[in-house]
Amino acid sequence: MAEYQNLFTQVQLRGPAYAGVPLERGPWTRQGAGRFSYFLGKIGDAQIGPIYLGWTGLTSLLCGFIAFEIIGLNMWASVNWDPIQFVRQLPWLALEPPPPAYGRCMLCPLNEGGWWQIAGFFLTLSILLWWVRVYRRARALGMGTHLAWAFASAIWLYLVLGFIRPLLMGSWGEAVPFGIFPHLDWTAAFSIRYGNLFYNPFHMLSIAFLYGSTLLFAMHGATILAVSRLGGEREIEQIVDRGTAAERAALFWRWTMGFNATVESIHRWAWWFAVLCPLTGGIGILLTGTAVDNWYLWAVKHGVAPSYPQVFPPVADPAALPGVSP
Amino acid sequence: MKFRFALALALLAVVAVGLALTLQHPPVVAIQGGYRGLGMMQVYNPQTLEAKAATNRVPEPSPKLDPSGQPSSAVYQNVQVLKDVDSNELLRLMNDITQWVAPDQGCAYCHAEGEELSSDKLYTKVVARRMLQMTRHINADWKSHVADTGVTCYTCHRGQPVPAYVWFQDPSSVDVHGLLGNRGGKNAPAPSAGLTALPSDPFEAFLDYANEIRVVSATALPEDDHSSIKQTEWTYALMINISNALGVNCTFCHNSRSFFAWDQSTPQRATAYHGIRLVRDLNKNYLEGLSAQFPHERLGPLGDVPKINCRTCHQGASKPLLGASMIKDYPELAVASAASNAR
Repeated sequence: MAEYQNLFTQVQLRGPAYAGVPLERGPWTRQGAGRFSYFLGKIGDAQIGPIYLGWTGLTSLLCGFIAFEIIGLNMWASVNWDPIQFVRQLPWLALEPPPPAYGRCMLCPLNEGGWWQIAGFFLTLSILLWWVRVYRRARALGMGTHLAWAFASAIWLYLVLGFIRPLLMGSWGEAVPFGIFPHLDWTAAFSIRYGNLFYNPFHMLSIAFLYGSTLLFAMHGATILAVSRLGGEREIEQIVDRGTAAERAALFWRWTMGFNATVESIHRWAWWFAVLCPLTGGIGILLTGTAVDNWYLWAVKHGVAPSYPQVFPPVADPAALPGVSP
Repeated sequence: MKFRFALALALLAVVAVGLALTLQHPPVVAIQGGYRGLGMMQVYNPQTLEAKAATNRVPEPSPKLDPSGQPSSAVYQNVQVLKDVDSNELLRLMNDITQWVAPDQGCAYCHAEGEELSSDKLYTKVVARRMLQMTRHINADWKSHVADTGVTCYTCHRGQPVPAYVWFQDPSSVDVHGLLGNRGGKNAPAPSAGLTALPSDPFEAFLDYANEIRVVSATALPEDDHSSIKQTEWTYALMINISNALGVNCTFCHNSRSFFAWDQSTPQRATAYHGIRLVRDLNKNYLEGLSAQFPHERLGPLGDVPKINCRTCHQGASKPLLGASMIKDYPELAVASAASNAR
């Protein structure tokens, strides 16, 4: 019997490619006949395709491509169209949002944030169209829409960072640049400007759900892999019987920590932890600068931040001393 | 099987090379600064400390000469700054300045060959005179930064006519390409900001012009602080530069839980505050005043004079020359005179 005690999946199903359940309506059918890949079969299902693209999929890819091109061409132009420098400096390159001086301009000058606005518009359109696609594909398969709502949580954080918060702050300059290192520098600067984001309780919650998600993911993945030698991945077939692999998985946790999730509820745990990570994070970002200007001082005011004994001789702000140049 | 083995070996080699280039050679020594639990650590590596000690050796001062009893102005022509100094001490100082600034070029670097010593023919002599005034000004009026340790020409020059670390306006920061590709002065590997994508020229804004460095709000709730995140990135770049210039990390001055709070900062932060003002003063009032003197090849790509920042003196040490004081052997460099403040 095949065992799952390897980095890679040991079993590959091979047979005639299966097109999937029939589609009820719509002008689109699935594209391609389906083929097999040995190496992809090592990490997932060996059958590749057919794929359902549809209007939303097609337009989403198109909008995403436009945004990608605007960002990429701006990056390339910023190194004077030098292909070697483009590759070498790629992690540093970015498309910047408008300078704060332009405020909430409808369409800023192209080279001063206008391109950023256009790229952001198409990227947002692309993401929203993809959301519709996720929702409608789930419906077409008779599934629930959990995936779409989980995706919506990530979209919420994205919109807060690049659209809602800049609108509330009255300046597109508050938004994130499109770039690898630049968006990380932005993150650090954001925390510094608003007096240390670690004192933001919603940031704390978001981190708890982020790390909690990885913990739950590891616990669940390890549990199921550990009982797969007993057929545990077929949990639904085993859910009502005693002594099955699925029950052993549950018993393991009951014995270890007294409480166990069920085969069904563990996925609820995972879903909520994952969804709450960007949801709470988005709230934390939205409150920053709009409702709270300095999270450290806010935390001191509400007794969250502890105080420590003074070990240095008292230091005063020199700018507040008489006779010192400002 | 053989192929897999080779592949694994190659992967291992890549990871090993990556680690070797990423990590610092042990041992690394961490010294606690602030209260325990706050992570206010300074990190040192004995190897880099040795290298630092080697590059920060102070040159031996020339032996003192017996005073001639006459001021320089009575013996030499055209002495404008050091006129009250004993003429023999002037000789000794001139000799040592040559060793500090132009050891290979010698006296003729400032005093034109075949001319009187008093001749101001060479621009280097005019600049050197202004630099002497500047040195006196620093030692007399900026004790808030240099304390009694003081500075001499050697603090910056280290045996070179032009100090190793000077800066010019960065042409790429003002370069906007037509319709697209505007970097906004950032988004390129910035050597001045620790190779981050932060603004590459924080000097002009903060060390030439006195733009506001403070960006963190002083109130818990929004009131009237409108500092932007982009502005913060400029401050951030300056702070990284200072950190690198001094060979220290953020917690040398700041408690990083609240960068802005003075009551949680170390005394070094106040010293640095005055240092920033000192640099602005010197750039504006001494170096830029020399723009007419410098020949074209000494100017930057945008035609500006060489200017200073923290690294010009500190050169990677939190105290230049590791805190060694040279002015005790040259007390005439620490005298405030009316001329030192002449603009």
